Amino acid sequence: MELELKNLYDDFRDADTIKAYAKIIKVDAAKLKNSINIMEVCGGHTHTIMKYGLPQLLPSNIKFIHGPGCPVCIMPKERIDHAYVLSMQPNVILVTLGDMIKVPGSNGSLQTARSKGADVRFVYSPLECLKIAKENPTKKVIFFAIGFETTTPMSAALLDAVIKQNIKNVFFHINHVTVPEVMRELIDSRDIHVDSYNNKIDAFLGPSHVSVISGSKIYEEFPRDYNRPVVVSGFEPVDVMQAISMIVKQFIEGRCSLEVEYKRLVTYDGNVKAQELVNRYFDKADLFKWRGLGNIPKSGLKLKLEFKEYDAEDIYKDILPIGEIEDHKLCICGNILRGMANPPECTIFGTACKPTSPIGSCMVSSEGACAAYYKYGNLV
Amino acid sequence: MNKTISLACGNGGEENNELISQVFYKAFKNEILDKSEDAAIIHNGELAFSTDSFTVSPLFFAGADIGKLAVCGTCNDLAMMGAAPKYLTCSVIIEEGFETRELERIVRSMKKELEINGAIVVSGDTKVVPRGSVDKIFINTTGIGKVLKKGISSNNISKDDVIIVNRDIGCHGAAIFVAREGIEMSSSLKSDCESLFPQVEALLDANIKITAMRDATRGGVSAVLNEWSRQSNICIEVEEEIIPVSDEVKGICEMLGFEATALANEGTFVLAVNHEDAPRAVEILKTFESCKNAAIIAKVTDTHLKKVILKSSWGTSRFLDTPSGELLPRIC
Repeated sequence: MELELKNLYDDFRDADTIKAYAKIIKVDAAKLKNSINIMEVCGGHTHTIMKYGLPQLLPSNIKFIHGPGCPVCIMPKERIDHAYVLSMQPNVILVTLGDMIKVPGSNGSLQTARSKGADVRFVYSPLECLKIAKENPTKKVIFFAIGFETTTPMSAALLDAVIKQNIKNVFFHINHVTVPEVMRELIDSRDIHVDSYNNKIDAFLGPSHVSVISGSKIYEEFPRDYNRPVVVSGFEPVDVMQAISMIVKQFIEGRCSLEVEYKRLVTYDGNVKAQELVNRYFDKADLFKWRGLGNIPKSGLKLKLEFKEYDAEDIYKDILPIGEIEDHKLCICGNILRGMANPPECTIFGTACKPTSPIGSCMVSSEGACAAYYKYGNLV
Repeated sequence: MNKTISLACGNGGEENNELISQVFYKAFKNEILDKSEDAAIIHNGELAFSTDSFTVSPLFFAGADIGKLAVCGTCNDLAMMGAAPKYLTCSVIIEEGFETRELERIVRSMKKELEINGAIVVSGDTKVVPRGSVDKIFINTTGIGKVLKKGISSNNISKDDVIIVNRDIGCHGAAIFVAREGIEMSSSLKSDCESLFPQVEALLDANIKITAMRDATRGGVSAVLNEWSRQSNICIEVEEEIIPVSDEVKGICEMLGFEATALANEGTFVLAVNHEDAPRAVEILKTFESCKNAAIIAKVTDTHLKKVILKSSWGTSRFLDTPSGELLPRIC
């Protein structure tokens, strides 16, 4: 039998299965003493949850807190401004992934830069940069690398190919971030100005694709050190419903552990080869600033010093803006991400802060809590 | 409005509407324009009048080319007002160095499509500009049609109507995306580009009570439904499972994170038809080769006025928004 694309998702969107899980969760949730707030860390999960209307299937004592796991949403204006400045340099082709190009920085988005004449392109795979570089030998191709553990190996693979093929016109601006550090920040911040103590997150839904690369082991600390169950889940509605029911079961059985719903591909150790590739080229950066959450220690990656000659941040350091841009004073993204506030409680929600002119990270793409509230409105 | 025009301003969605209303409608304001129909109805309701420009890249793609598109686009806008396309003008802006053979190929497919519509080109203009001033060739067509049935309007849809789509949706947008981005995949995916007048004529001949029709071009079916919900002050409730989408289009959407309802079409139209006539309308549409999947996809209610609601088969619902921004793949 020939495998078709639809075989990969049809069963995981089956209405009867979804309804069956809804029933199981309802019966189990009735036994809960307290309500549970589950944070789906990843924007992909937020998308699934909102697109398929899953909150409508859950009893009132189970709520979602939409997490910070969208690489586009969390990109601070400082970094977008870097991309903008780089794209406006003569003889530069700035390449990035998908919807990164629509997020506004202080001077506008990369789309704005493009309408002013900059050569900005988006690719599906970073390796497409090789082709662009070969077709444009007199131009500098700068890859504005974004994403979590899922996309980092591809950036590493690009650099690997650039070095092996001795290509001299591909450079990198690295904005890769990692998931466990931001999860920890939300529930146990080291920043004295941040009230993480009162966070309302009771359990985490871990993104499966991150664990395909990094293994499920990266979440071990959360049940162990922070008493927060984690279930690693796939992205289809059936996956998410099953994962929720696994979380609820842990609570009613008094367990707190790391479980994997997405057994189709996730192992404890993950993709060791991909991890090696990443470790060969990247180091942990001391700090990475997250839009809406501020500086988080060790949450970002940078190119190793020995690959400095490929690092656009180093090569263009004289022209890249260095000033800090404060998050908007009225923005409460940090509290929303900790489950301590709902989007409509924010005074600038839907007024100064809208999807077309986002102020906080949660409004940037459909994967953010505020944008989802704004977009899908009062049905949820 | 932003200070500069971005590509998103031409997407058929939210930014596009903003540009049109704040710049053009503001300047040109008049009663006919304000109706915002696919084609203007003029001359005591007897004539339909419409224009469209075509800039598609690549020029030739699976299922059609820019020539066929240029005739279909304008003729379909006329047909959507219940009019038979009659007279077209044709203006082309050509980049220097363009191959004559390709131009002939384009004009041949225009001629073929004109015949299907029973229309003729009666005036034209040709400009050639220096290399780089346009991308190979841009074509504008403007058309006049004779209104066969008066009173078809997107402003009159009511709870007596149901919403029909004539075929499976999203093929054009998906085919163009695949061709433009050079995504290599084996598939039978091709543009739905087609003249709609024959289908409209068949429906009118059978006296189907049509309230409104609109071809779901840029912005796709979701843009049409959202425009209608606002223009007629109604709520449209769509059953997601019933919307016909081919496996190929579903696959592209799956891989790139698009929604089929937001993809452009060039031979797909949405109809608001009196509920009593709707089953008969679907039967008539199904007699056309490309319309085997015609279906009633939505009903009109007053649950959330000026909104479109998408209902899943497991009992949840959400708003179906007007598409916004450039069509960009989601990252994760």
